[in-house]
Amino acid sequence: MQKNNEGMDNFEFDVLTEIGNIGAGNATTALSQLINTRIDMNVPRVKMLTFAELAQVIGGEETLVAGILLSLEGDIQGSLLFILESDAARVLVQKLVGLTSGLDSDTFTEIEISALQEIGNIITGAYLSAISSLTKLTISVSVPSLALDMAGAILSVPAIEFGKLGDKALLIESHFNDLDVMDISGYFILIPTMESYTRILESLGLR
Amino acid sequence: MAEMKKVGMADLKVCRAPDAVTTLGLGSCVGVALYDKTSKIAGLVHVMLPDSTQVRQNQNRAKFADTGIDYLIEQMVVAGANKRNLTAKIAGGAQMFAFSGNSDMLRVGERNVEAVKKKLRAIGIRILAEDTGLNFGRTVEFYPETGDFVIKSVGKPVRTI
Repeated sequence: MQKNNEGMDNFEFDVLTEIGNIGAGNATTALSQLINTRIDMNVPRVKMLTFAELAQVIGGEETLVAGILLSLEGDIQGSLLFILESDAARVLVQKLVGLTSGLDSDTFTEIEISALQEIGNIITGAYLSAISSLTKLTISVSVPSLALDMAGAILSVPAIEFGKLGDKALLIESHFNDLDVMDISGYFILIPTMESYTRILESLGLR
Repeated sequence: MAEMKKVGMADLKVCRAPDAVTTLGLGSCVGVALYDKTSKIAGLVHVMLPDSTQVRQNQNRAKFADTGIDYLIEQMVVAGANKRNLTAKIAGGAQMFAFSGNSDMLRVGERNVEAVKKKLRAIGIRILAEDTGLNFGRTVEFYPETGDFVIKSVGKPVRTI
């Protein structure tokens, strides 16, 4: 069978794409309910990217983003990072807790940060529960940790984990179209350990 | 016109004054700038992981503290730098996320800084200044004209070390 980058064959790549699709779909529904707004989601794009390309997709290394990181335990071990562009994060926060600081403000207030943490919690929880029910694997998660910083700096965390295995990372890019405000782009980066990756494929009867 | 050469993640570049080298958005990675004051040649490597011997996929020498620093020195010597003149300034190695559990992954910034220092000590290169650790990202620029290492972070004043 033809192998594409990083020794993954095309069929396995499609499976990971589909898993990402289902996870992101579930996350969209959760987000929609949370902010009580209808949200459409495009079919997520799944890409295997080099580290240099990873930051470019999100708008460059110095773009300000919000990153929410969870560590995964149980049958699937590793970590999940969810990234929102700073502007999109602000729109979501204001929908959830109302206007506190201005739309053009550079910083987030304490209540905005905890709202953002909660948004991250709900989106990543929905994403993982879809994967868990699809694969029948148990995933337990740590309390999510939030960081607001340059995309390059936030992405260094998953890049380093992927860096132990190769020179590329798997990115799932979802665009949420919030009908009355703006396009919101969210990015999921799932980093299963090598053993967990095999376990995901096995649970779907693929290995 | 002076050029600013950009170093990516797990990458390195060498330049000569008036040109400069930069790497954007360092998180847990470490930026190691080496400098030969006499020839005004500088090099910058963006190290991602501490130890090439712990990882099977280790062909990219610039990715690791141990091999990346050696590789940078080789490139600088080719460009005309004298190895005995080299001094170092380092930045990065932050812990971007704070929470308990999976500590090995979270401590990687700290381990990168330790590995860089150990390597520089082993080959006798003195560290003149550093801005490492803590919990924020850094964009760095090294200017061989002056030897300045300029560090920028979100919401913080620009620092020159």
